Amino acid sequence: MSTATHSLPRTIGAHAILLTYTVIALFPVILVIMNSFKSRAGIFGAPLTPPTPKTFDLIGYSTVFGQGDFFHYFQNSLVVTVASLFFVLLFGAMAAFALSEYRFRGNTLMGLYLALGIMIPIRLGTVAILQLMVASGLVNTLTALILVYTAQGLPLAIFILSEFMKQVSDDLKNAGRIDGLSEYTIFFRLVLPLVRPSMATVAVFTMIPIWNDLWFPLILAPSEETKTVTLGAQLFLGQFVTNWNAILAALSLAILPVLILYVIFSRQLIRGITSGAVK
Amino acid sequence: MAARTRPKKPIRWHIGVFLAPAVLVYTAVMILPLFGTLQLSLFRNIEQSQVFVGLGNFRTLFGDPNWSVNFWNALRNNVWFFIIHMLVQNPIGILLAALLSSPRLRFAAFYRTAIFVPTILSFVIVGFAWKLILSPIWGVAPHLLDFVWLKSLFTPWLGKEQYALTALSLVSVWQFVGIPMMLIYAALLSIPDEVIEAAECDGVTGMAQFWKIKLPLILPSIGIISILTFVGNFNAFDLIYTAQGALAGPNYSTDILGTFLYRAFFGFQLQVGDPNMGAAIATMMFLIILAGVCVYLFLVQTRLRRYQF
Repeated sequence: MSTATHSLPRTIGAHAILLTYTVIALFPVILVIMNSFKSRAGIFGAPLTPPTPKTFDLIGYSTVFGQGDFFHYFQNSLVVTVASLFFVLLFGAMAAFALSEYRFRGNTLMGLYLALGIMIPIRLGTVAILQLMVASGLVNTLTALILVYTAQGLPLAIFILSEFMKQVSDDLKNAGRIDGLSEYTIFFRLVLPLVRPSMATVAVFTMIPIWNDLWFPLILAPSEETKTVTLGAQLFLGQFVTNWNAILAALSLAILPVLILYVIFSRQLIRGITSGAVK
Repeated sequence: MAARTRPKKPIRWHIGVFLAPAVLVYTAVMILPLFGTLQLSLFRNIEQSQVFVGLGNFRTLFGDPNWSVNFWNALRNNVWFFIIHMLVQNPIGILLAALLSSPRLRFAAFYRTAIFVPTILSFVIVGFAWKLILSPIWGVAPHLLDFVWLKSLFTPWLGKEQYALTALSLVSVWQFVGIPMMLIYAALLSIPDEVIEAAECDGVTGMAQFWKIKLPLILPSIGIISILTFVGNFNAFDLIYTAQGALAGPNYSTDILGTFLYRAFFGFQLQVGDPNMGAAIATMMFLIILAGVCVYLFLVQTRLRRYQF
């Protein structure tokens, strides 16, 4: 555990524990993906072996593509996630800049007000949010989801981004002011490019809960037109309880995009967490 | 623009412009509905119009056995859900983080990435995948137990009242262990080398070093993961809903406040949904979470601050 005592048994012990837990963490995911490529007999006969030429079967995938409108759901999820992410990053960065750059009356109070949402989950306001969306005619629109997720993502984004914006050098900003740049130009041209790495961290933190959320799509936008992939998968799984090929294929299809994105961005995510952004 | 901001006491419009979009969206979609929900809990729909009933809904929630039995059941289950997370998820997270942070450990990046995978998956995937694995029809779980000669221990855990909640809590632990692991890992990495070197000069190494030096230094992070776990658990809904449905079966044994709120708000089977009772339950959840956050802020945070650098 320390430099003085990296003895062999200790290292082996550490690897044994970590490896065991890695197996526990990955086993269900691998099991589902592996079995999605098998015939029904293969799934039940030998669930723990990878598909062989004899048990290989894509029947599950053809059922999923034939039944659920997954491409459409996927598109909805993508629109909602990308749009919310855009607004969270833009509005969040702007507010974080205002809070960290200028001293004005009520600055601390405003910071506390915006930080309130980090601890109090937006879900508790659901009853009134639904009423609000009904009143404004936004039920069963993607706009409703985008609004809710933007509000949900803002508090943490502002909190993290203002920490990073405090680190941007004052000299640089003042040099810009002397050159006659407006405050807006300073923000968009000087500050934003410098905090880009932390924006990526915030993006990943914001994206995962939005993509995976079931509660708001279920309540605010359950129509066929606006179903997200999470809700679509949930309903599909409910319908096909006995069709194991289809279920395993649907699960694999839901896992893969997230997994691919994660593998691409995992460095960014882990660097973001370990850089002390969430302390 | 620049010329206009030059005078002695200019109104700095740009501050307002920078703040406005975030504050507007946040206030309109989050803060106002939150208070709107608290307010709705004081009203009741009588003959198509909202009538102020004071604490009437809460009297129903705690006094009417139809509601109160369910409420206390959900709260009790939720507390158990939280206890399991605190006793299993956080210690495992700390252990993994301590192992990962040992210097010159090979494959650390691989372990870190792999162990965090479940956390990024949606509840729908997690709930259903585990439902399949634990299902007696598929037989993966008994098959695996057979490897360690424990096959006799297998029962359909999710289908039995006395085990279902614990089983689902452990599934949730499986999913979220990555979060305490990462936060503690970050805290362990940020301990200055001088502190560790000083400890080594004094002969404090290995396990003793972890317990006596590192653990006290990461206490603030343990405080943070505890409050995050608390808020997350008392707000949980998705996993139970996916694995057991809105009725949180078998026989409400996995019902937690989130699923109880959903049923009250939207109704189920024979019962009609009641937004006002839903709001009353949401208010109770709000008060519980608020109490937890206050305890954290006033008690834990002030006590732990002295350890921070």
